[in-house]
Amino acid sequence: MHELAVTQSILDISLRHAKDAGAMQIKGINLVIGEFASIVDDSVQFYWDTLAEGTIAQGAQLHFERIAGEMTCSNCKDSFHPKDIDFACPTCGSQFVRITKGDEFRVDSIDVE
Amino acid sequence: MTVRVPIVENILNANDRLAEENRTCLESAGVFSINIMASPGAGKTSLIEQTLPRLKGKLRVAVVDGDIATSIDADRAAQAGAQAAIQVNTGGDCHLDAVMLRGALEQLDLTQFDLLIVENVGNLVCPASFKLGTDKSVLIASIPEGDDKPYKYPGMYRGVDALVINKIDLLPYVPFKMDYFERGVEVLNPGVVTFPLSAKTGEGMDAWIDWLLGQVKSKR
Repeated sequence: MHELAVTQSILDISLRHAKDAGAMQIKGINLVIGEFASIVDDSVQFYWDTLAEGTIAQGAQLHFERIAGEMTCSNCKDSFHPKDIDFACPTCGSQFVRITKGDEFRVDSIDVE
Repeated sequence: MTVRVPIVENILNANDRLAEENRTCLESAGVFSINIMASPGAGKTSLIEQTLPRLKGKLRVAVVDGDIATSIDADRAAQAGAQAAIQVNTGGDCHLDAVMLRGALEQLDLTQFDLLIVENVGNLVCPASFKLGTDKSVLIASIPEGDDKPYKYPGMYRGVDALVINKIDLLPYVPFKMDYFERGVEVLNPGVVTFPLSAKTGEGMDAWIDWLLGQVKSKR
């Protein structure tokens, strides 16, 4: 896994935007992470505590908004949560389905003082 | 008082920007580049070894090999006829990123090459997230890995421009349902160009080589 690199990126983005906003302290980081983005929340928090030490983001709380993966059937237009054994549409059985949600991987906002 | 500052920035934005710089650098030198990804043992190095002699006299090829440690793969590429082979040791990291590729590109006179082959670290998860700035991403799947891999590693299968299915000579001995595999691929990456081949026997290699030659040609 690459949580260290990801955590460093989250910190860099947060510090840059906090500086632009003239913030003294970052209290919270709001992340939006889709199901298909392979990231372990606990590991990010673990690295965060070390990486953020001595910066204005020290002690900031990381909030993970998880977006469930979603597939949409091209045939009957039904949306469903994919199962990893098969991607077929549970409603009509069609194999023509597309991924429509779950790729999110962004810093949405920060809470600063 | 706490204030919310909206950001909405992709977490790997910094890597993506560096990847764009790599792309520009390769572009201006007229080099066509591929990023080969696969699980350990799928046959990345073997495919490169079998590809290089078939390109001899047609293309000047540089190989950048990413590995956690050792220079075994770069040595094999050099042995097989790469005009340059650079080893990038990631020091334990599970993937190459744009910074590492830039370090390798700086060691090459890119004007001397037509094709750059980047061999990523063997891993079906992490390399998919880190763009390098190459023209095309190529995934090697292999028969013994099993037919369920698209379903288990959708991120990897979605992001690639070409799919090599290696070790087809083992199909008679392994319970691999090709239609199940292909169905998963079709959902994740509709219409992706696919090369079933065996790097060992050479079966199917011609189509792969033709594709590479065609891609390089269209770059010029």
